[in-house]
Amino acid sequence: MSGLIQHSGIAALLPRDNIDTDQIIPSREMKKVSKLGLSDGLFAGQRYRAPGSRKRNPDFILNQPPYDQATILLSGKNFGCGSSREHAVWALAEFGIKVIIAESFGEIFYNNCVRNGILPIQLPPAAIAELAAAINLTIDLEATSVTATQGGDSYKFDMAPSDRDMLLKGLDPIAMTLTHEAAIKAFLKKDRAARPWVY
Amino acid sequence: MSLPSGRDLIAIDRTLLHERTGSVALRALEADGRPVAYPDRVYALMDHIVSNAPDRGANSARMPDGEAFITETRDAAKTAGIHLIDVLDPNQGIVHVVAPELGIAQPGLSLVCPDSHTCTLGGLGALAWGIGSSDAEHAMATGCLQVKKPPQMRITLSGELRDGVTAKDIALHVIMRFGAAGAKRCAVEYAGDTIAALPIEGRLTLCNLAVEFAAFTALIAPDEATFDYVKGRPHAPKGAAWTQAVSEWRTLETDPDARFDFEHAIDAQDILPTVTWGTSPEQAVPITSAVPTPTTDDDHRALAYMDITPGTALSDIALGGAFIGSCTNARLTDLRAAARILAGRKVAEGVRAVCVPGSGSVKRAAEAEGIDRIFTEAGFLWGSPGCAFCFYAGGETFAPGTRVVSSTNRNFEGRQGPGVRTHLASPAIVAASAILGRLGTPENITA
Repeated sequence: MSGLIQHSGIAALLPRDNIDTDQIIPSREMKKVSKLGLSDGLFAGQRYRAPGSRKRNPDFILNQPPYDQATILLSGKNFGCGSSREHAVWALAEFGIKVIIAESFGEIFYNNCVRNGILPIQLPPAAIAELAAAINLTIDLEATSVTATQGGDSYKFDMAPSDRDMLLKGLDPIAMTLTHEAAIKAFLKKDRAARPWVY
Repeated sequence: MSLPSGRDLIAIDRTLLHERTGSVALRALEADGRPVAYPDRVYALMDHIVSNAPDRGANSARMPDGEAFITETRDAAKTAGIHLIDVLDPNQGIVHVVAPELGIAQPGLSLVCPDSHTCTLGGLGALAWGIGSSDAEHAMATGCLQVKKPPQMRITLSGELRDGVTAKDIALHVIMRFGAAGAKRCAVEYAGDTIAALPIEGRLTLCNLAVEFAAFTALIAPDEATFDYVKGRPHAPKGAAWTQAVSEWRTLETDPDARFDFEHAIDAQDILPTVTWGTSPEQAVPITSAVPTPTTDDDHRALAYMDITPGTALSDIALGGAFIGSCTNARLTDLRAAARILAGRKVAEGVRAVCVPGSGSVKRAAEAEGIDRIFTEAGFLWGSPGCAFCFYAGGETFAPGTRVVSSTNRNFEGRQGPGVRTHLASPAIVAASAILGRLGTPENITA
């Protein structure tokens, strides 16, 4: 996974709270044991006219130019709540989404974003409303800022250093953890003595 | 141990998997050439897309082309050498029902599963939380996860619950009161005398809905009732190990001087039997009230999807379906509560009613008590264990537009099927509503 440092792109607004992972990818669209081929089912319930159909619903923002080229999503509270399915993030990433800006996120979804190179940014509603007025946004992860590409106020966002690092460097967390293998083994030996019933 | 990144590296005592999201994690590990580090602490179960037909086979799925999820999970589990509770195993069932039943979940264990309702197991005092598939790969490959310490919230409930108020009503009340994002990614402790008096299966139900409250997880301090529940279960500690475990579990309760980031107190008498009217679990009201006046765009959208108008008494809302099942409310006490209401009665005309026990063990115990006959004589279908109609995976479900009262956990748009309208409620309310043909309580049944 390569790192994400700066990104400029088209931002589409999904002006709702509690957009759940069932909306992002309905379970019926998870057809294979695979992380690939999921973007076709992204927002299927709204993007297409009927379940199972692939006729596009012209009222849905991601079907409307220029937002059909969106790489950034803006939304409300609790984005990605619900099911833990990482397929939601795989579908978004495959569709081309790089950044999601919301008032808050579902916890599992947030972690899944970071694990897959999508940058989840938390901003207050006023900032999101302001940014939604622009079509193009520029995100700088090193400076932790979001700005309308045409100019305007710049909004700083907070992000845990561990998450920021993971995204900036495109790190493999499993490989990172395995560098501590000796310490893990030592801990488990001690823990096994203290809590033998667990092992 | 603390990592330089600010996260902590946490040892994971148990990893649970199911065929829907576990299969892809096992396959990804295989593809990366990473073995499962501690296979004896990993369990794969089959629940999400297994067929719920009484005569299902080992590979029968309830969605088109779903067999691959079952067969690939089975093959990958065997290759990895992890535990497998397969479709035709007598203990098969929903992971969050089976893990407590078999004693796989215990107080004080750190436990993860690529399933958002893993928080259910906090009802036993385990630190259990839902993760994505990548983190499941991480937990299996390393025996650890990198975790940000969540903020802490305590919700203290005091007093006796009113008649007819269950753990499900507590959970819906809490989400209604504080919002679906109200837990702010906290680890939530449910405490107080109301919780101490709650039977274990109720505690599991209450913690189950923590994820609908945007919690990292929920926990209830283990007590004598917990130890009695765990004792003697197949994977529970035995003999000297049991004594040692219990003495450690007694130390797990929160210190009296502990400080929480957020504290809420609730008077149990304020909680009424509660149902949802909209498409988020926060869109809930007491069943004795009316559909509220919308205040947000989301409320308007939910009213349109649910095809109901503000001011309508909930008891005037007519139903086309009723479902009892899921990791929320498909345990033996749930089925007993429903059976007490269904006994000698018939489901109203035009209501398609389905009950799917949470596990093989629940199903057998219910059948031994004659509960299956009460359900079927009332007009319910009696299915084979699994997640069933809690979520639509393709395949069979309620017809589009059907209004369903459901003992499940999510009333999202399309969750139970395209256009299907879900009202979440306790098993007793589902049973009473199925008889009435509209939303209602057992007290509303006159005949």
